[in-house]
Amino acid sequence: MTRLLYFAWVRERVGVAEETIDLPPALVTVADLLDWLATRSPGHAAALSDRSAVRVGVDQDFAGFDAPIAGAREIAIFPPVTGG
Amino acid sequence: MIAVRVQAEPFDLAAEATALTAGRTDIGALVTFTGLVRDHGLSLEHYPGMTERQLCAVADEACARWPVLAGTVVHRYGDLGPGDPIVFVAVAAAHRAAAFEAASFLMDWLKTRAPFWKRAGDEWVAANASDDEAAARWGGLPGDREPG
Repeated sequence: MTRLLYFAWVRERVGVAEETIDLPPALVTVADLLDWLATRSPGHAAALSDRSAVRVGVDQDFAGFDAPIAGAREIAIFPPVTGG
Repeated sequence: MIAVRVQAEPFDLAAEATALTAGRTDIGALVTFTGLVRDHGLSLEHYPGMTERQLCAVADEACARWPVLAGTVVHRYGDLGPGDPIVFVAVAAAHRAAAFEAASFLMDWLKTRAPFWKRAGDEWVAANASDDEAAARWGGLPGDREPG
């Protein structure tokens, strides 16, 4: 089971802050995951419609879309950060 | 050693600076930076866990690059009003160049690597390309995935 976390407007569009999902083993990379998630609900699709606007953290480190997700416990999807 | 804190509560600039240098005779330079909320209020969301992890990584990198003797990074989250302190960076070193540079580096990198998101009223604040450029001038980590 993988814990998926959503932040800021990604969270608002998806409609939940987090969900725990048994990911299909066919999902190899972050990009695969985003493609798959976008089919789960209109909210997911809206949140992920512009991939250039989202960033991903795999187990609390930034990960590119080509990064593998095998074994990840926690994957977060969020807009570019705006702290400081 | 740079201490990192993420908190909703306000912080006391003078107390933070004083605590860093109390009892020390090896520190010749103390640089502090405080970021304040401008114009209108902000609400800050963050990613508990990843925020601390990324801030600690940035702090470790600063210590690897400069001879830092002590330091503090405090970043707030939650609802903040105009004029409220939002972020504090302090770096103590033997000499000023290292303290200035490390403090500047810490701010530039935390702005692009710490998972905070600002909301002003009903709008999420968009990321700023100039922040990415400011962070990029320091280079990256070997094998680093640029977050921006």
